[in-house]
Amino acid sequence: MLTTDVAVIGSGVSGLLAAIEASKAGARVQLIDENARPGGQLFKQIHKFFGSRRHYAGIRGFDIGTRLLEAARDNGVEIMLNSSVFGVFGKEIGIMTGEGHVRWLKAEAIILCCGASEKVILFPGWTLPGVMGAGAAQTLINVHRVLPGTRFLMVGSGNVGLVVAYQLLQAGADVVAIVEALPRVGGWGVHASKLLRCGVPILVSHTIKEALGRGHVEAATITALDTKYRPVPGSERDFEVDVICLAVGLKPNLELPLMAGCETMVLEDLGGRVPVHDANMETTQEGIYVAGDCAGIEEASTAMESGRLAGTAAAEKLGYLSPEEAYDVKEEIRGVLDALREGPFGVERRRAKQLLTQRARTLRAHSNGGTPKWVKA
Amino acid sequence: MGEGVALTGTPSFEELERSPGFPSRKRLLTGPVAVIECVQEIPCDVCGSVCPYNAINVPSLKSLPQLDETKCVGCGACIPFCPGLAIFLVDSTYSREETLVSFPYELPALPELGAVVEATDRLGRGVTEGRVVKVLERDGFDGTVVLTIAIPAAFAQQVRGINMRGGG
Repeated sequence: MLTTDVAVIGSGVSGLLAAIEASKAGARVQLIDENARPGGQLFKQIHKFFGSRRHYAGIRGFDIGTRLLEAARDNGVEIMLNSSVFGVFGKEIGIMTGEGHVRWLKAEAIILCCGASEKVILFPGWTLPGVMGAGAAQTLINVHRVLPGTRFLMVGSGNVGLVVAYQLLQAGADVVAIVEALPRVGGWGVHASKLLRCGVPILVSHTIKEALGRGHVEAATITALDTKYRPVPGSERDFEVDVICLAVGLKPNLELPLMAGCETMVLEDLGGRVPVHDANMETTQEGIYVAGDCAGIEEASTAMESGRLAGTAAAEKLGYLSPEEAYDVKEEIRGVLDALREGPFGVERRRAKQLLTQRARTLRAHSNGGTPKWVKA
Repeated sequence: MGEGVALTGTPSFEELERSPGFPSRKRLLTGPVAVIECVQEIPCDVCGSVCPYNAINVPSLKSLPQLDETKCVGCGACIPFCPGLAIFLVDSTYSREETLVSFPYELPALPELGAVVEATDRLGRGVTEGRVVKVLERDGFDGTVVLTIAIPAAFAQQVRGINMRGGG
């Protein structure tokens, strides 16, 4: 059996930062990813990132990915690629390697950074080839350099829908429209404005009614929605498209947290069911942490900070940082996280995260007659 | 349909005029000036650190950028760095008849210097004809091109791009 101090599962932005932070503190860190290339969503992101210098703002996502990978290697993080974690049993991790071998890794602390999946909505014709997640289309164009169609309809105007729609234009496609069921644009105005300037209409209070086509998508019927989200009869319109992209939200990947026995709760502002975690990103299982989108759907800057927080807390737990050393670092990170969750697009997530940590405190107080179940005495 | 960035995806003129990154009408008439069309408090402060004249201030991560229009010399250095592609430059002193509008460009089909293009407004509607007078590419811009077009002065507050489908 392989052993390590800290195992980080998932090498997206939060996993890389968690690994770097724990390794910097002196822990032996094993980073595991099922993909051939580490970096998670970063290598799909061709736009310049928002935020502050601390979050590599102004740099394109794939360049941030390259920098973080170098930092991880420079800090001595061991990276295992093409390797799927199929189970977390206590502190033992089952890994299926690319060669088809099963390896076991025993870790003192585990940080789950397993990301998110796209949600879907169902409508007649949704199984036709040509209906796909916006993230799938983004992977095709930006990673594999394949444009999966020529004329796109985007369903959903959150930042994912807006960013991918723009990147489809950059890849040479036409985006005929973006439909949004809510009566307002979901994502940031700056993303929406870029699309509007290119003549892509954003139709709020509209949704897809049906995908049409023989054997593959040939057209889409959209409909207006009233204030109660009911289709308005007679408002249907057809667009000739060959791809319908769904950008209707993300949900945390919970397979590993659930298998590890982590308690969860439902918080729609964080994407649905999320693992309960405390202010150290520690779940209800001692020594098992979550970070990034799998701890609640947010964005890249918060994923970076939550990864740093989990990596610092895990290093502290294993004695690589004194409580005093760790306190200063963690408080600084928490301050940045609070700042990132300010403003009109952050307040709900901030409130939801507070509920998660409150729930962690409650569970801790009630377990074992008041003795924290997952905190060493 | 209502107005405003939340409903339409693009800021209304009232939202723009209220925002601290939008220069006054008076300043717009006195020479080239940055026009920051960022009206929502999103966590980003990139523009605050790129101005060589310290004319852009972002007090906290979620603050709207504040343009000090007395310090702004209209150099346009900020344009390629805004990740939201939301900073423009307007020079209404270019000539009696024409105004210059500069904007960031990250699309295929880059027009050539001197090309006559369809100048579009914030909704992508063609409103007038424009002439490309500058195509600025720099390594430091990391792929973002700054295009400058000359348009009839009357459209200075409307034109914010070109028809990238090339119609012209």
